[in-house]
Amino acid sequence: MHERKAMRAGDQPWVKWSLIALAFAVTMLMLVIPLVIIFKQAFAAGGANYWANLTDTYTMHAIGLTLLVAALTVPINLVFGVMLAWLVTRFDFPGRKVLITLIDIPFAVSPVVAGLLYLLLYGSNGWLGSWLMDQDVQLMFSWPGIVMVTVFVTCPFVARELIPLMQQQGREEEEAGVVLGATGWQLFRRITLPNIQWALLYGVVLTNARAVGEFGAVSVVSGNIRGETNTLSLHVELLYQDYNVVGAFASASLLAGIALITIVVKSFVEWRQARQRAPLDDQSDNR
Amino acid sequence: MNRSLSGLLPGRSSQPGKRVLPGFALSLGVSLFFISIVLLLPLTGLIMQTADMGWERYWAVVTDERVIASYKVTLWAAALASIINGLVGLLLAWVLVRYDFPGKRIMDALIDLPFALPTAVAGITLTALFAADGWYGQIFSLFDIKVAFTPLGIIVAMSFTSLPFVVRTVQPVLEDLAPEDEEAAVSLGATDWTVFRRILFPAMWPALMTGVALSFTRSLGEFGAVIFIAGNMPYVSEIISLMIFVRLQEFDHAAASAIASVVLIASLILLLGINLWQARYLRRLHGR
Repeated sequence: MHERKAMRAGDQPWVKWSLIALAFAVTMLMLVIPLVIIFKQAFAAGGANYWANLTDTYTMHAIGLTLLVAALTVPINLVFGVMLAWLVTRFDFPGRKVLITLIDIPFAVSPVVAGLLYLLLYGSNGWLGSWLMDQDVQLMFSWPGIVMVTVFVTCPFVARELIPLMQQQGREEEEAGVVLGATGWQLFRRITLPNIQWALLYGVVLTNARAVGEFGAVSVVSGNIRGETNTLSLHVELLYQDYNVVGAFASASLLAGIALITIVVKSFVEWRQARQRAPLDDQSDNR
Repeated sequence: MNRSLSGLLPGRSSQPGKRVLPGFALSLGVSLFFISIVLLLPLTGLIMQTADMGWERYWAVVTDERVIASYKVTLWAAALASIINGLVGLLLAWVLVRYDFPGKRIMDALIDLPFALPTAVAGITLTALFAADGWYGQIFSLFDIKVAFTPLGIIVAMSFTSLPFVVRTVQPVLEDLAPEDEEAAVSLGATDWTVFRRILFPAMWPALMTGVALSFTRSLGEFGAVIFIAGNMPYVSEIISLMIFVRLQEFDHAAASAIASVVLIASLILLLGINLWQARYLRRLHGR
């Protein structure tokens, strides 16, 4: 595009600039202003009030629980995502496509249905839940249940980020490593991981964002006990329904902060990947 | 060692039946275990719960008048939201791929906000904006239009949460488009509209359709963002997910499961359809 003078569709200045203006308007109205509103509302009663809202006992407990859920969910789905991506991109076997489709189920299923599935199985009426009840184990309406549904809802993210990338990179490098006598762990540590680290980071950040913010599935299995099973997202709802709008937005601003970090990391990762890919493209041209 | 050398040959890297790389058993074991426990085992609870109901009761629950109304609202709102997202997404993808302008990277990054922002936060924020005294609500009320606490609010919430899908599916296709046809057409005097209709649209519509379908699927299941803004009036602005939730709070697990089974089957069919569609479309691309 750099030296080419030929016109393409939409290159006339008036078309170009009106479309850009329209895109700016849409971005402002649909994305920027909502983001601004969150912080405006959170600070509506002043900074001291904002701080008081965040350091409230129940809010602090909700923050703690949310961090616990993320701290358990992310590593579980990290290991699973890497394993699944390795499996479906490094080996051919019957049923490979089925696995790739199955992993998308949580994306297609309504979070409320996801929560319900767990409630029906592990709740006191479920076949597994009633047995667990006899062993004195209660998973639903307590934090383990919240972790379980969050694992369900967030399990595709890491795998979904890794599979296309690892597919595209191919197996040759790792196979060369095997020929040279590397062990499995060495292969992963020295060849695979450096190739996928940025996509992996983004997968983890996405998993984390969703784990921290999951609402529908968690609200089915949580029981909303203030100070016990209330995650930050549920706490936002609770405060909002108590007509404590400023308090709700104060908690929401924390979640919005995590969302902002997520999109910054994504931009950074894309920039790193573009740099990593550039020399690769040159090589393929020389071949 | 000799055997593994076959993997170094260009082209197909490993012959069927000869696995060069380590970790097959481990990764297969972990993946199957995880998928069975996390994704498939929970389905048994739903199946047993609905099987216990008997066909007549099941049918009565899923065709209850209030439930039917919730299907309709959800389907209509999701359809309109995904059409809006098709148009908006096409505009954003086009502008981001075709033009250079200040603020482009920030715009590109912000597109992902709806995926990153928790849905409950999106819900209360949109409600604050569209309520009668909110920034947008005030403007709408000049025209006597109420958005918050009406079905219009549902459409707003659904379009917000599924906005990135179309942009992110159309963007790569637009980037890969070869410029030759287009330049030839323009130099021969075709108008922008003709080029768009005859050259660009045919090339990108499979991606556009995929994006719209993903957006639709997501909208059908959206819960957090919608319940704050919808007003949740039975028969008017109650979505299916909320219907399941309401039945649960009435401790009617059987009814909740029955409605959930309808939703689950519909979303699995959609998922399968999108996957098949993408596979066909990808094969066509590679077949070129």
